[in-house]
Amino acid sequence: MKYLWRLLPISFIILLSGCGVENLSALDPQGPVAEMQFSLIQLSLYIMIFVLVVVFAIYIFVIFKFRERPGDTHIPKQVHGNRTLEFIWTTIPILLLLMLAIPNVMDTFTLANVEVEQMEATEEGEEGIDYVRVQVTAHQFWWEFDYPDYEITAGQDMYIPTDTRIIIELLASDVQHSFWVPALAGKQDNVPGIQNDMWFEAPNEGVYMGKCTELCGPSHWLMDFKVIAVDPDTFDTWATNMAEPPSHVTEPQETVAADGRTVFEQSCISCHAVGAEGGNIGPDLTNFGEREVIAGYLEYDMDNLEAWLRDTQEYKPGNEMPSFNAEAINDEEMEALLDYLDSLKVLEE
Amino acid sequence: MSYANAQSKNVIWDWLTTVDHKKIGILYLAGGAFFFALGGLEAILMRIQLMFPEFTFVQAQTFNELLTMHGTTMIFLAAMPLLFGFMNFVIPLQIGARDVAFPFLNALGFWLFLFGGLLLNVSWFATGAPDAGWTAYVPLSSMSPGQGLDYYVLGLQVSGLGTLIAGINFLVTIINMRAPGMSMMRMPLFTWSSFVASMLILFAFPALTIGLLLLMLERLFGATYFAVDFGGNVIIWQHLFWIFGHPEVYILILPAFGIFSEVLATFSKKRLFGYSAMVFATLIIGFLGFMVWAHHMFTVGMGPVANAIFAVATMAIAVPTGIKIFNWLLTLWGGRIQFTTANLFALGFIPSFVMGGVTGVMLATSAANYQFHDTYFVVAHFHYVIIGGVVFGLFSGAFYWWPKMFGYRLNEMLGKWFFWLFLIGFHLTFFVQHFLGLIGMPRRVASYLGGQGLDEMNFISTIGAFLMTIAFILLLVNIFTSTKNRENVADPWDGRTLEWTTPTPVPEYNFAQTPLVRELDPFWHEKYEGDGKMKAAEPLGDIHMPNGTILPIIMAAGLTVASFGFIYHIHPLTISGLAITFGAMFVRSVKEDHGHHIPVEEIKRDLGGGKNG
Repeated sequence: MKYLWRLLPISFIILLSGCGVENLSALDPQGPVAEMQFSLIQLSLYIMIFVLVVVFAIYIFVIFKFRERPGDTHIPKQVHGNRTLEFIWTTIPILLLLMLAIPNVMDTFTLANVEVEQMEATEEGEEGIDYVRVQVTAHQFWWEFDYPDYEITAGQDMYIPTDTRIIIELLASDVQHSFWVPALAGKQDNVPGIQNDMWFEAPNEGVYMGKCTELCGPSHWLMDFKVIAVDPDTFDTWATNMAEPPSHVTEPQETVAADGRTVFEQSCISCHAVGAEGGNIGPDLTNFGEREVIAGYLEYDMDNLEAWLRDTQEYKPGNEMPSFNAEAINDEEMEALLDYLDSLKVLEE
Repeated sequence: MSYANAQSKNVIWDWLTTVDHKKIGILYLAGGAFFFALGGLEAILMRIQLMFPEFTFVQAQTFNELLTMHGTTMIFLAAMPLLFGFMNFVIPLQIGARDVAFPFLNALGFWLFLFGGLLLNVSWFATGAPDAGWTAYVPLSSMSPGQGLDYYVLGLQVSGLGTLIAGINFLVTIINMRAPGMSMMRMPLFTWSSFVASMLILFAFPALTIGLLLLMLERLFGATYFAVDFGGNVIIWQHLFWIFGHPEVYILILPAFGIFSEVLATFSKKRLFGYSAMVFATLIIGFLGFMVWAHHMFTVGMGPVANAIFAVATMAIAVPTGIKIFNWLLTLWGGRIQFTTANLFALGFIPSFVMGGVTGVMLATSAANYQFHDTYFVVAHFHYVIIGGVVFGLFSGAFYWWPKMFGYRLNEMLGKWFFWLFLIGFHLTFFVQHFLGLIGMPRRVASYLGGQGLDEMNFISTIGAFLMTIAFILLLVNIFTSTKNRENVADPWDGRTLEWTTPTPVPEYNFAQTPLVRELDPFWHEKYEGDGKMKAAEPLGDIHMPNGTILPIIMAAGLTVASFGFIYHIHPLTISGLAITFGAMFVRSVKEDHGHHIPVEEIKRDLGGGKNG
């Protein structure tokens, strides 16, 4: 029986971890920040389950023991109170809360420690921490990822190297948003006019799902993004190619894709950049062909891409991208454009 | 009832002009119940939309309007007015007063609430309801196209004015109008907690008013308090909103705590355990409730110092709340617990609310809050607190005071079905939402993608919402079918406090003679240690009562007209609306109205009428 009690909280956590999908669930932490937060969640959960068990036990005892039985008309003794009892149930909760408050304050300060200077080696012979800075700008309804130290910009998919501290600088271009990758770290808000900082690390390669958690308009629920953790070498390749894209991206050789490039230059380039050319009103498309999803959520295939281009408001109400009907881009041109967009890859040729 | 000499014979005119706190209480209940049904309808539509992934029952824009109006309606137009209904009806009776301190203002407060609420809901039929969430964070709210948010700022200003007036009125009433012998430390807990809630209203609502005013100036007149491009700051709104918004939670829960204190004591036939500790815990909760608003903003970038301070301060609230929970348990201990529907809701409250309370402490853990914040975990938490606390309190109070208010008891059989269906539906809906949040479901999403592990629990949650809907319909059936059980019993539950000493229906003047209070739970004391009747503190005599007046409703209507003028930029309409209101205020100021006297013969006739049941 004793062992059963000891197993109870553990089995509860196993039960919890079973919930949800990997790479989205905060209960299945994949990095040190999410782990720190998960262990605080566990600690608070244990304390709270203890409180619940005590209260429920007294409660159940009381309502069974002192329920009115048929024919019972006695008048109970009118008790005023009890100083000792009241002292006990004031003191114990204070102690329980201190158990939670102290690690919480420590973690709060640890998580806020994002000073870049501290990452770098300050004295000779001292080893610094390997870090990559990413500036995350939230727009209605897409995400922009700038890497100021590499002078590159990416849209929707945020590539990061594994085992490296990622310093995130959060900005917003229109309304307030909130940046959340549950499996890697808790959220911080993107607030217009203010920069917020956070950090996390991803020890394992993988694709982590990110979401916006602040109501940001009619397509708030589609404000998804991906954090793609790759090994540091791949990341370097990616970063180099994003800065200076391979020739097939800038000057496509195949005829169809070359025609697509022409269509792109007519219709898309004022808002979307490929390589160093193009506007930044919409997401950067340099590595579009490597996306997992279109518009943040549609499965990546050519049918969905065409449907999206033809009627953007249908799939993401309130976004700023115009729709391109058959008059704007005819079927032949569309096919070429799709082919071109699909060819935009920087990691593989 | 023969005291209606100064009242009109016309029933509708009578209710429109009434300044009687009991009638205004019933008006608040009716208005609040209407909006409660409306908010419930909005909720069930949202739950249907979330029943399946990528469901297209309502559009995303409509969903945002539903979630905004659901929150706004439930907080401002349902929970608070329903509590005001009980406070209005019960407080003067509990403290042995003949009315509230300012009967005219009391009526004005109600009509402002009602007109503000109706104004807000007109938006559904105009250009679309507000869509930026009940918290209306800028810049989403200042940039939102259409007139929805204009309705929000003006509707809430009108009804918020009513709330502020009501809060001040309760404060003055409780301070000044207690019967002889009713010291502060002999006041029933419901009166005490309403008193503290009214203090919170006094300090919290001005913050909301200022915020709404700034937002109104921004939207309607191009001000730039929140516009970043012009040097504004969006965080100002969040602070102003939560300086109001967090105490608001306690404005709702404290009176509910008061109801549970009355109901649990009455139905366990014991005096409240640790009365003075309960009073001090209420005061401390009220004070701390003001000091912790920024725990809604842990992720907004306040820095680790502020986050740590607000985290610890928030956790501290668990201590006085725990004191209350254990005092309630010890009130039951050794008692003779009767399982009436009113008491079932009070008993159901204890575990439900404790579950909401512990998740509150979890949320206060700032570093972990980065995972909880703005997810379904938060949705689960505050519904546990607000339904498990406030709504259970409202239902408990309804079944408890119904016989006194309406002269008939609600059917206990139907009441128990209602309780069990509601309890099960409630836990089914919201328990799973804790997990939905932790596995990656943000709040306020119009839908969710399949294949993310969110499908089953959302489905379960919606089933629970259906159960709650069925339960609520059972309550309505109960209210209408039970009217035939009219029995006019004065003291159906063997009550402890002064409201049960009055005859049913309660006469206009409440007490023929102001009672003399000699103990806590005075009626119980006189019944079990005295001769069963309250001692009178004054001889029988003529009773002075205020006259009814149509002016409050005219003032409220004037502000509503002016609001339409503001929303649609029609200046003549704005000016004439304001003119109506100020004109009515002028009339009120210059016209002398000394009220009327109820002659002693009539009171004697009432007393001889055998209405004491």
